[in-house]
Amino acid sequence: MANVVLRDVRKTYAGGVEAIKGIDFEVGDGQFCVLVGPSGCGKSTLLRMVAGLETITSGTIDIGGRVVNEIEPADRDIAMVFQNYALYPHMSVYNNMAYGLRNRGVPKPEIDARVREAAQILEIAPMLERKPRQLSGGQRQRVAMGRAIVRQPKVFLFDEPLSNLDAKLRIAMRVEIRKLQRRLKTTSIYVTHDQLEAMTLADILVVMNGGVVEQIGKPLDIYSKPATTFVASFIGAPPMNLLPVNSNGLGPLLGDLRIDVPGDAILGVRPEDFALTGPSTPAGLALELTVDAIERVGAETFVYGKRAQAEGTPAVSAKPGELPPGEIIVRLPGDTAPAIGERIRVTAARDKLHLFAADGRSRLDG
Amino acid sequence: MVEHRPLRDFLAYAILIFGVFIVAFPVYLAVIASTHDAATVVTGNMPLSPGTHTLENYYRAIFVGGSRASREPVGHMLMNSFISATGIAVGKIIISILSAFAVVYFRFPFRKTAFWIIFITLMLPVEVRIYPTYKVVADLHLLDTYAGLILPLIASATGTLLFRQFFMTVPEELLEASKIDGAGPFRFFKDTLLPLSVTTIAALFVIQFIYGWNQYLWPLLITTQDSMQTIVTGIKKMLTTTDELAEWQLAMATAVLAMLPPVAVVILMQRLFVRGLVETEK
Repeated sequence: MANVVLRDVRKTYAGGVEAIKGIDFEVGDGQFCVLVGPSGCGKSTLLRMVAGLETITSGTIDIGGRVVNEIEPADRDIAMVFQNYALYPHMSVYNNMAYGLRNRGVPKPEIDARVREAAQILEIAPMLERKPRQLSGGQRQRVAMGRAIVRQPKVFLFDEPLSNLDAKLRIAMRVEIRKLQRRLKTTSIYVTHDQLEAMTLADILVVMNGGVVEQIGKPLDIYSKPATTFVASFIGAPPMNLLPVNSNGLGPLLGDLRIDVPGDAILGVRPEDFALTGPSTPAGLALELTVDAIERVGAETFVYGKRAQAEGTPAVSAKPGELPPGEIIVRLPGDTAPAIGERIRVTAARDKLHLFAADGRSRLDG
Repeated sequence: MVEHRPLRDFLAYAILIFGVFIVAFPVYLAVIASTHDAATVVTGNMPLSPGTHTLENYYRAIFVGGSRASREPVGHMLMNSFISATGIAVGKIIISILSAFAVVYFRFPFRKTAFWIIFITLMLPVEVRIYPTYKVVADLHLLDTYAGLILPLIASATGTLLFRQFFMTVPEELLEASKIDGAGPFRFFKDTLLPLSVTTIAALFVIQFIYGWNQYLWPLLITTQDSMQTIVTGIKKMLTTTDELAEWQLAMATAVLAMLPPVAVVILMQRLFVRGLVETEK
């Protein structure tokens, strides 16, 4: 049981490339922290720095009240689950789990008890004598977790542990990891690029981009109040619609709505916050769209539309832009389906709108 | 779709059988020659069926030696060959797996340089550096010793290269998992790297055992006593005669005996590394 505190952690590679540009955050005792971000954002590097597999250029990492910068991975009291599981191929499942304990000189009966208990929890007891190659992907994943559990470490570190599994198994294991962590109450840091995994697992979510933290908070707080346009487009699927707005061009874009915008700004609306309406405009944002494409997934329908007034307005400059400029995604209930080419009118209530500074680095509406 | 063309199959098999025949016939002839008495062999009309002197010939070859006084019995030569071939194979495996471990897993100054120096020795086989090597061995008083037969042939890069290539395919995460599991470099080597290398070791053993067994020039050079000569040099000596007939039937028996240990090594080890090829998963 321990908390993990990172203070101005930086990593510069020998070639002068700065991978981690000063990161501060704290994971409380027993909390589940998820680092999420696109590939190359430094989240795995950061996790490996906590594990001791990468050196720390400057700053401090503190596990359970002890600065671990100069401490070997084995002595940091952490356990790690790797993306490819990294099971020892020549050892049986039992030995894979027992190896770390043996190296630490834990007495044999205790090793046996701990391995069998972990196997019980993870439902791999019948496979203890098998070799990793005789197991399915999901079973290997469990063994990798078992290897971490038997150590009873202060901190679990997960490096994209589910990305090698198929979609169905990934969801099942996701739920199991969360249950397991609640049961063991072990502080955990989990790295993923999957925002859904991040949202569902995290007590605290750390959104990273380009070696810096974009936002830290509870998943739902981040969802409802993203601090930057990057977070806005990264958390939530499909991503938030981002429209450039200008104090001069407010009229046609915002309908009846009045917002004080200091010059240029970016307006964000989540696809799920739009509703299909008739000609009458409530207090909020109203957009005229020409339907471009439709995706019907059963419970919901995603409508891709071009803004009717888009002609002549500047292209969306929000980064990373996952949408072509001028395109708007609207999520509608599954039973509504406008035709392609049809003109529709969608509205979003005032309190569902997000307003960002023109550079996308901050919120304007608190 | 399974293709079935009788004529093409027949042709293919005929060519293969012909090839096997070309390779196998001289070996067969050697075996046959070793079963006849001297008179039959030297008539020039080699029979193609086994003779009746098998036991006598092999008994003489192994335990007694030729009729000339200076000749050693083959049993002793086989022993010498076996000791030096095994010594070369084992020594080479130990040295090259350790050097590859150092080059791949440790960051020390001039690591690349060290690797390239090892690599360059590939261009310097014993035959090229034979004079200086002889001088060194002689100065160390290693002539006519097993150490003298073995040590100079151990030093070469082939094994190091083989293990280096293999180690580089072992996932980085295994090393990291070992670190987290509290295994130091030696434990990682012993508990993870070595068990994973078993098949590579078997392959190298086969290659090096045969390499050591077939050495001719070096043993010829540094052994002066008949008691230290190896079987490959021994066969040649049997055929060098001045004023009497070479005892072909004994030479052939010796040749057959000389073939057996490498064949045995290949057969035994083949099973190990075929199994390894099929099962190994990293």
